[in-house]
Amino acid sequence: MAGFDKRVYSYEDAMDGIESGMTVIAGGFGLCGIPENLIAEIKRRRVKDLTVYSNNCGVDGFGLGLLLEDRQISRIFASYVGENALFERQMLNDEIEVVLTPQGTLAEKMRAGGAGIPAFYTATGYGTPIGEGKEVREFNGRHYILEESVVGDFAIVKGWKADRYGNVVYRDTAQNFNPMAATAGRITVVEVEEIVEPGELKPDQIHTPGIYVDRIIQGTFEKRIEKRTVHQG
Amino acid sequence: MALTREQMAQRVARELEDGFYVNLGIGIPTLVANYIPGGIDVMLQSENGLLGMGRYPTEDELDPDMINAGKETVTARPGAAIFSSAESFAMIRGGHVDLTVLGAFEVDQNGNIASWMIPGKLIKGMGGAMDLVAGAENIICTMTHASKHGESKLLESCSLPLTGAGCINRVLTDLAYLEIENGTFILKERAPGISVEEIIEKTAGKLIVPDHVPEMTFDV
Repeated sequence: MAGFDKRVYSYEDAMDGIESGMTVIAGGFGLCGIPENLIAEIKRRRVKDLTVYSNNCGVDGFGLGLLLEDRQISRIFASYVGENALFERQMLNDEIEVVLTPQGTLAEKMRAGGAGIPAFYTATGYGTPIGEGKEVREFNGRHYILEESVVGDFAIVKGWKADRYGNVVYRDTAQNFNPMAATAGRITVVEVEEIVEPGELKPDQIHTPGIYVDRIIQGTFEKRIEKRTVHQG
Repeated sequence: MALTREQMAQRVARELEDGFYVNLGIGIPTLVANYIPGGIDVMLQSENGLLGMGRYPTEDELDPDMINAGKETVTARPGAAIFSSAESFAMIRGGHVDLTVLGAFEVDQNGNIASWMIPGKLIKGMGGAMDLVAGAENIICTMTHASKHGESKLLESCSLPLTGAGCINRVLTDLAYLEIENGTFILKERAPGISVEEIIEKTAGKLIVPDHVPEMTFDV
């Protein structure tokens, strides 16, 4: 039984084995569904020269923004950045290499990487600076560029509930990039709000089957809101 | 008078059809949701992974796990679906979204669009815009017709780095509604009180002006 028990009980154990120079794939969109405690653990370990794949780079003092404070990220693949002053400064000073990547292409890089597909053609970015230097092929009269997929040394993921086998469900739009990230790590670590008994999650409702998951940890989350918009009246 | 942002949203909303799945970009496109004509049902797609976006939440409904592509807190309407970002962009690139509305810095007579990058200024990224313009067959671009200094944004050839090539066929500006076909803009409607001459003067790209160009009308 223990062979399938993915639970770990400290964040130190959850991120065991992460080293400088590694590639880390992170779930989350903005501050929604980010693995906030796993990121904090990476900060605590002070590993450097990380390559990060994430849609955004957090905000000042929270999320991946934490890893900017000690310049732990040397390169990031993201679709939208610069919501944080520190990021802006590091980008303008060339202290961080930013590879701007269309959002759908970023998601597909993770999905394909996890599915054993090394590259894929997409029309996204053809004829733009994103397509420059990339292989182009025509299919049915349309042009497509070749994009390479990604597999990370670590994938860090935020789920809602999981069982000890590593089956995960996500909650609402906190799903976002998390299911693809979960497939694309050589070591995939998922932090969740609640670990439940096997059988409590309906098998046909599982978003991420446990086969993709190496470690599960239950945590508590701040869940900061980036843009608080409310309905008046 | 040039159209207000609200009038631009109203005009775009007339292009909505019953049963449309629609992706609305940030800015004026977002306002379109306020003017969905009565008697028709549309589903709003938000590219972070939500089909059937509802209104903003009340204080009681506020939930950090429930946001839209602009990172604003939202609700899901009855009948909504939530999914991963890969699934979301499968819908977008696969051409399943019926209408996409987005803003731009420049559009040219060949349907090229520039909307994400001004060299020399801070570049924040394209988000989902490149996937949206590459995937959608039906796109309406909303923008001001000319810059504050009077320089046309409807060009012979975009000067800024592109978001997508040859993908735009409809543009609504604060002065006019135009279509793009075979390498030329075609003037279809003009804003109330705006002369054809002014539109010609402020359109740098090739422009076909039909004999009769109707004036848009608004209730308010």
